[in-house]
Amino acid sequence: MTLLRIIESLRARSGILLKAGIGILVLLVVLDALPFVVDKADAHTAAERIPGFWAVYGLAGCFLLVWLAKILGALGIQKREDFYDE
Amino acid sequence: MSDFWIHPSLVLFAGAAVLPLLRVKERKVWLLAVPAVVLALVLTMATGQFGSVAFLDWTLVFGRVDALSRVFAIIMALMCLIGSLYALKVEDTGQHVAAWTYVGGSLGVIFAGDLLVVFLFWELMAVSSVFLIWARRTPESLGAGFRYLLVHTFGGLALLAGIVLYGTAQGGEFTFEAFSTVDPGLGVWLILIGILLNAAVPPLHAWLPDAYPAATFSGSVFLSAFTTKTAVYALCRGFAGFEILIVLGVIMALYGVIYAFLVNDPRRLLAYHIVSQVGFMVAGVGIGTAMAINGAVAHAFAHILYKGLLFMGCGTVLFMTGRSKFTELGGLYAKMPWTMFFTLIGALSISAVPLFSGFVSKSMTIAAGYEAHHYWAAFLLMLVSVGTFVSINLKLVYYIWFGERRADEETWKRAADPGWNMTAAMGMTAFLCFFIGIFPASLYNLLPHAVDYRPFTSYHLSETLQLLAFAALGFYLLRKKLAPKAAASLDLDWFYRVGGRGFAWVARTPLQAVDRFWSGLHEKGGFLPLMRSALGVGRFDNGVIDGAVDGTAHAVRVLGHRLRPLQRGSLQQSLTLAFAALAVLLFMFYLLA
Repeated sequence: MTLLRIIESLRARSGILLKAGIGILVLLVVLDALPFVVDKADAHTAAERIPGFWAVYGLAGCFLLVWLAKILGALGIQKREDFYDE
Repeated sequence: MSDFWIHPSLVLFAGAAVLPLLRVKERKVWLLAVPAVVLALVLTMATGQFGSVAFLDWTLVFGRVDALSRVFAIIMALMCLIGSLYALKVEDTGQHVAAWTYVGGSLGVIFAGDLLVVFLFWELMAVSSVFLIWARRTPESLGAGFRYLLVHTFGGLALLAGIVLYGTAQGGEFTFEAFSTVDPGLGVWLILIGILLNAAVPPLHAWLPDAYPAATFSGSVFLSAFTTKTAVYALCRGFAGFEILIVLGVIMALYGVIYAFLVNDPRRLLAYHIVSQVGFMVAGVGIGTAMAINGAVAHAFAHILYKGLLFMGCGTVLFMTGRSKFTELGGLYAKMPWTMFFTLIGALSISAVPLFSGFVSKSMTIAAGYEAHHYWAAFLLMLVSVGTFVSINLKLVYYIWFGERRADEETWKRAADPGWNMTAAMGMTAFLCFFIGIFPASLYNLLPHAVDYRPFTSYHLSETLQLLAFAALGFYLLRKKLAPKAAASLDLDWFYRVGGRGFAWVARTPLQAVDRFWSGLHEKGGFLPLMRSALGVGRFDNGVIDGAVDGTAHAVRVLGHRLRPLQRGSLQQSLTLAFAALAVLLFMFYLLA
């Protein structure tokens, strides 16, 4: 099956994909800093005009949310699976 | 009625009534034909007011067709067709009947011109949809269904009380229009509570992640679309500009996305993402500008499609493998590549990746937040977008389709892409998610207000791509911490689930003790004296009453016995003697006189 072969070949090249991913991350921040590529006139606040603002926001946001979820779980939200079965 | 008009709900109800009478092959055709007719009806429907019916002192309006009701009706009818196609081979006819009645209820609310009709169809939705949960026929689904019904009964009562109070305050006028944001009154607040419960706004949300994962694999596809989005319609209609909704919307968006990290059931994860995504819509309604309402409606439209697609993908995994836990799945791309592909499109859409539907709908609400200077709300909704991308696109997709294979051998053997109808339903929905993403005008043209929004600006693209790409980096770094755990996550349903146990304990222990004490008291203080007095009365009856009666009878018998010798033969003889004596007496009177 073609779809399966595409997935298999992508998985076989995970190292290259990882490098390409890092390249994309860098490229996105660089492009964001170029005024003739990204028109910051559409930004709503001053902070958004800083190059790479949304990159930092995305990474920090991911850490923050995972941390909040872990704290909630540790506070006793997560119980054994049969908690309601008694 | 001002013009000939057929209510689409009537078509569904009639279709559902006929369904059990059909044979298997005819039923399959019917299952596609009826929703297709309903979709054609709503697509060709003229705007105006139809279906007015006089009832007591009121005129009930069943058919208010305007831009807002039309766009919601179109997506509901479309989802009914997709859901029916997906469930085409489900042999339990009751599920199809329940699903169509449920959709009919939703369309009834959407076209209702007054609050009394809203309430009628609102309740019909709750009562019919519960059968999609019970139809799974497991102890969990039975319990979840009862809890679902009880919670919705509470919401329905709040709605009804609000409607009565509001209508009375309006002099018996029940028209469903935008409520005043200035001093709305108790009636309007109660109506809002009833609607917020169906929209699953915390703290009235726990019924949703409790019930939806307990439904049948196809039932949850219907459930994911209709209840919450009908509530969003009602909010758009009545509560635009109620600023408390901005706060509630942002809270529910965050709440849902954080909880989604903690669950182990893919369909429960999707249920929390309904709470989260509906938060964008609720916040949009609260902002209340034309752009924000457009954003809420557009997002509801896009959401019904991608969420339906995600529920179909996870429902297919459940249907084909019998498993519904991340800890029992993993690596399934090799066995179910097409299901994986379609689910991935749903995941890209909900994550608002450019070229998919969420990108052109979700951003409209956020942009409206910035434009209306609700910066805190807009920034927090952007944070929710990060969480959505990480938990759906990465957690759900990664831990079902890629990642470590945790399925046992039997599950692995069973796993495969599903039959043609389920694949077609997923393919069709995936296509629509993609189509809306690349041709947003196809959606924007349906919106209630004129659209002045361009999603494909360089800034919006850069903003979104940075946000999502770096969120993906965060996931890559934290992926071991996000590995699924076999655990139950407690939510506010704890209060009524454990509260229910508490009630059972109160009934079993103190109430039963009071009952036992009362029974003992009754026995010692009431029953035994009663028995004793009854015994005394019995003795009196036997000794005195019966003695007197028996004695009298005995005396009469003895007297009768003694008089018997005086009797002389036959009746004629006695009569003759009596007449003779009478004649002698009369003769003596005559002589003496």
